[in-house]
Amino acid sequence: MIRNLAILGAAVATLAVSAGVQALPPPKVNDTLIASDSLPKTLGNYGFFLDRGANDPAPGVVPYRLNMPLFSDGADKHRFVYVPDGQEIGIGDQGLLQFPVGSALIKTFAFGAGDSQRKIETRVLLHRADGWVALPYVWNEEQTEATLALAGKRVPVTTPWGEDISYRVPNKNQCKECHGLEGAVTPIGPKTRNLSAAWLESYLGTVPEGADTMPRWEDRAAADSTASARAYLDVNCAHCHRPGSTASNSGLDLRWETDDPHAIGINKRPVAAGRGSGGLQFDIVPGDPEASILVYRMRSGEAGVAMPELGKATVDEEGVALVERWIAGL
Amino acid sequence: MIRTLMAATALATLASPAFAETISVAPGDGAQERLQEALILAEPGDEIVLETGRFDLTDGLSLDVDGVTVRGAGMHASVLDFSGQQGAGEGLLVTSDGVTLRDFGMENPKGDGIKSKGADDIVYQGVRVTWTNGPAATNGAYGLYPVESTGILIDGCEVSGASDAGIYVGQSSRITVRNSLASYNVAGIEIENSRKAIVERNYVTGNTGGILVFDLPGLPVKNGGEVLVRNNLVANNTTPNFAPEGNIVASVRRGTGIMVMANETVWIGQNMLYDNPTAPIMVIAYPLAFEDPEYNPYPREISIDTNQVDEGGTDPQFEGAQQLLAAFGGALPPVMWDGLEDPEMTTLMVHPDLAGWSVNLPEQGAGIESARPGPLDVGAIGQPISIEGWGAPEEMEARLK
Repeated sequence: MIRNLAILGAAVATLAVSAGVQALPPPKVNDTLIASDSLPKTLGNYGFFLDRGANDPAPGVVPYRLNMPLFSDGADKHRFVYVPDGQEIGIGDQGLLQFPVGSALIKTFAFGAGDSQRKIETRVLLHRADGWVALPYVWNEEQTEATLALAGKRVPVTTPWGEDISYRVPNKNQCKECHGLEGAVTPIGPKTRNLSAAWLESYLGTVPEGADTMPRWEDRAAADSTASARAYLDVNCAHCHRPGSTASNSGLDLRWETDDPHAIGINKRPVAAGRGSGGLQFDIVPGDPEASILVYRMRSGEAGVAMPELGKATVDEEGVALVERWIAGL
Repeated sequence: MIRTLMAATALATLASPAFAETISVAPGDGAQERLQEALILAEPGDEIVLETGRFDLTDGLSLDVDGVTVRGAGMHASVLDFSGQQGAGEGLLVTSDGVTLRDFGMENPKGDGIKSKGADDIVYQGVRVTWTNGPAATNGAYGLYPVESTGILIDGCEVSGASDAGIYVGQSSRITVRNSLASYNVAGIEIENSRKAIVERNYVTGNTGGILVFDLPGLPVKNGGEVLVRNNLVANNTTPNFAPEGNIVASVRRGTGIMVMANETVWIGQNMLYDNPTAPIMVIAYPLAFEDPEYNPYPREISIDTNQVDEGGTDPQFEGAQQLLAAFGGALPPVMWDGLEDPEMTTLMVHPDLAGWSVNLPEQGAGIESARPGPLDVGAIGQPISIEGWGAPEEMEARLK
């Protein structure tokens, strides 16, 4: 009897959603699935969104943005955070929000503007009892379902500036190459310094000290060139170029708070750059962006030379300009 | 009672392979995704088998599961072909411990070949990395590239064409590199900022420099030393340097055999060195300016035992080479020292059978133009040093086939 009722209930809920009926309570996020050790096959399994196109977040799934975003071939990003009811959020090292077990971060990458925008992939970070897990989902042509792509994928896309590229959806291990710290997966983006005071006030009910200090990308021209460039380098490079992470052996530490000039690359010789050096001697030559390996590698789109190594098939011209302006003024 | 215990032990021994799986991956359509998926879904103890054939790959592969073996049908039979690589900084990245890589080849990765970082107790056996177009500055930097790891055993591997070092071990300890062929790279084998390394029975030929033991400033792991270089054949390392400028190996002179830069406690003995016409054996201080206050730029306690060496530096790549050759009677003696030392330490000890010369530079960072060349005047080697605890841990040998 109980089983029958349950099946009936599920059928009604499905009907209600597909018919767009608003009267019934919306489906809840699937907390059990987030906490389990499974690799859910589709994004829809989690119940993060009310619609199949992942446009309307379910209750508890909250959109956010970052002041300074990571460049991903010009993809438009839709970020959401989910924390189970009644759970506390802490603040950790570097102002990184500490989401409790059961939380999820959801980020969709899309290309194209307005109604013609097409979602390519959605990456989820799930906080399970034994740590964070990163999983990539790739959208179908109909934009009705995103399917787990453990091994990643290549998808042809056109960037906002009209360049046709082979866009790389990272595989599960590559997620960790950026999200790994001391061997464990961790969120990178939601740090208080890179979140707006207004959002923090509404979401946490408080604005922690040091919050909202990174300049906003769209304000970069007017912002202090050091602050903009250092924020850009922190967000785009420092997940690898810091102690304990993927590029620690380079000795280059591009975190926002690093103040040792040598560690951020000033007059620092490369260690294992290979042809990535471009025939240049130092990572950053003050006053001379053309002579700086950092700029040379940012300007390259070629595997083995290009930085970042992952998530980049095209050059971030505006980002390069930002960093050049800073180096020129050093 | 004894019998019961033995039975229990036998069961335990059998139990682990019984649970381990063998996952076979064939070349062909979708190889990128199929192979990467196998690497992701592997469980500790599993074996991933690369079937015979060529795997056409577009993106770097990675392995992050402890205790996995990746093996092919031979270094020329199962080939990971990265000629069409579009992304990632290396062909294969390993970030887990206890991994064994065996019997496969890799060709033309756009960056490094196989990088293992923070990957302890890793075995590379019978693995080949080749840039098939020969030496070129456009080739990737390192062929085999273990870094920030403890326990590295490289045996029977081959690397050719690397624009930096064929086999490069950096910022690591407990290292063995042996029975391997490093040819037509800028540096054949390089041990950098590392401790407790044994480099033995390798054939190192056709490179710009054969075997380099370097210690560099400003790195997270520093103070390299305790390196034994013995029983290697280091011959005909005369390829012009093709490293991109900016890399420290770009300064290595064509015709360098075994070269020590900075470092503490290095023993070089029983090698055969032929046709390394700049210097069969070179010992120098770090030549560039540096700011790292913890860094010692001088070589300390470098012992050069008997080695089989030809006449020495017959075609040295230095300014003023002709005058030098005339002064030394047609060839520079086999052991070259820049003459710089830490006054608190013994720099160099050389077996009396080996002749040498000193550049006699006046100070660290000075250029060759300030040289005052003269015969080498250093003490003879003393008692053999203990190499207890050097090389890959003994128990790793059991994983060799």
